[in-house]
Amino acid sequence: MVTGRALGTFGSIAANADLARRAPEIEVAPKLRVEKLDVHYGAFQAIKSASLDVPENRVTALIGPSGCGKSTFIRALNRMHDVTPGARVRGRVMLDGEDIYAPGVDPVSIRHRIGMVFQRPNPFPKAIYDNVVYGPRVHGMRDRAQLDAICERSLRRAALWNEVKNRLDRSALDLSGGQQQRLCIARCLAVDPEVLLMDEPASSLDPIATSKIEDLIAELKADFTVVIVTHSMQQAARISDFTAFFLSGSLIETGTTVSIFTQPKDKRTEDYITGRYG
Amino acid sequence: MRGRHVRSFIGTMLTAFCASLGAVALLLIFGYVLLQGFRALNLAFVTQLPVPVGEPGGGIANGILGSVVTVALATAIAMPIGLLSGLFLALFGRGWFPGVVRFLSDVLSGIPSIAIGLFAYIVFVAPFRHFSAVSASFAFAMLMLPVILRTSEEAVRSVPREIREGALALGMSEYATTMRIVVPAARSAIITGLLLSIARVTGETAPLLFTAFGSQFWEVNPTNPMAELPLQIFNYAISPYQSWHEQAWAGALLLIGAVFVLNVFARLVLSPRASR
Ligand SMILES: Nc1ncnc2c1ncn2[C@@H]1O[C@H](COP(=O)(O)OP(=O)(O)OP(=O)(O)O)[C@@H](O)[C@H]1O
Ligand SMILES: [Mg+2]
Repeated sequence: MVTGRALGTFGSIAANADLARRAPEIEVAPKLRVEKLDVHYGAFQAIKSASLDVPENRVTALIGPSGCGKSTFIRALNRMHDVTPGARVRGRVMLDGEDIYAPGVDPVSIRHRIGMVFQRPNPFPKAIYDNVVYGPRVHGMRDRAQLDAICERSLRRAALWNEVKNRLDRSALDLSGGQQQRLCIARCLAVDPEVLLMDEPASSLDPIATSKIEDLIAELKADFTVVIVTHSMQQAARISDFTAFFLSGSLIETGTTVSIFTQPKDKRTEDYITGRYG
Repeated sequence: MRGRHVRSFIGTMLTAFCASLGAVALLLIFGYVLLQGFRALNLAFVTQLPVPVGEPGGGIANGILGSVVTVALATAIAMPIGLLSGLFLALFGRGWFPGVVRFLSDVLSGIPSIAIGLFAYIVFVAPFRHFSAVSASFAFAMLMLPVILRTSEEAVRSVPREIREGALALGMSEYATTMRIVVPAARSAIITGLLLSIARVTGETAPLLFTAFGSQFWEVNPTNPMAELPLQIFNYAISPYQSWHEQAWAGALLLIGAVFVLNVFARLVLSPRASR
């Protein structure tokens, strides 16, 4: 059911992305494997039996209209629903082959391995330095030289070092929104996670800050597996290797970003990427 | 267009009028007490014991000391219980049990202080046949508890959820998140609530009538009857003697001043500059 219209949209998106030059990547081992995931809020089912493979060292984008369950889905991947009032999760989420919801698994150790960056920057009301080294400190690191090294490395990776290196002791709340978001990314990197979950990390940022974050994501996938929720199809096309399309709690279609944007198999996917849904 | 402007003007004037009415009433009371109390206020008044009627001079120093001791003891009782329950309600505030706790706390905050004083009398005074400051502290603590509980619950609740989740997502346990991130972020609001609760009981008189009872002497042992500033004001004010009336006004001035200072402190703690 591919129409010229879908291809036409992709053509305009591809103009500012190098999608077409990317080889279709199918044979990458899944870092995360989601099997038949259901999430309920009270009686309301927000995710309906979603299954998805998240390949290692790749960027996977979750797209879909507002309220379709993208945040709900991504929060299930590091057990954030454990602390959401009324939320219940069923199904399996395998990290390197082991179910993170299996009995006896400590959600704290899971979140240590699967970090998360939120839609709104959420720095702690503390100094920049203290924000970055918070995770390592909590996990018992006390050595100042080691902490300094982690701080610099994380800030460099988050492309923020040059802007803040002279004011590490200043409050993180004095930074701009884009800087705060990169600080939150640095804070997340400092605990050295294996997977990075990002829920619309650029939605509150201007185009320049957004493009910095996008460049950053492209670099990060060398070391991390990235899952990103985005409202912008252009952004999904620019930065992701794989795309999953959600609609009212169901995972409608998944595949390489190229195939989703050029040859959507489902009529609803096609309607969404050609702009017929909000 | 015109009608809307007129309505807006009337609305503004009405709210401004009501607001100034409150401010004027406060200023009148404060001014009058200042005027009346100023005459009897001197160094001896705040450093000496009371003297018998007819003798000139004397003070209410034992009452000041007694009030400080009683309120401090009450704070020591109410603070840990109030803070921990507030934290509990903010973090696990769902289900029937927290609902019951919240309801009881609201009921408690509505009970007249004299009834609470009577309760303290029955529990702490009657069985021992002995008035004591500690029974007054118990009554005060019951008055402070709902204030501390609700303000600390609110304070912890108002810490943005995102900050809490950010800490959890770093792999911090819920306990560490609460103790190292949430409570420190709520600290200034918690302290404000604490100061307001202290201000609330500092001027309470009714519960003292049949708990601390009053005393003519220096008294620091909380198991004995103790002098209290509000009690002295009360006793002096209902006496027929002119000199005691003046001392009552001076005592009232001190009391209002103390409560005022506590309130100002509470505001300062909350100001954005202090929370940095
Ligand atoms: N804590 C909650 N309690 C109850 N219902 C919720 C809760 N969070 C989300 N929902 C509901 O679940 C559905 C999915 O919400 P979710 O936040 O996952 O959507 P989303 O795809 O992230 O939307 P957006 O793009 O606007 O962020 C919505 O209908 C929402 O109203
Ligand atoms: Mg969302």
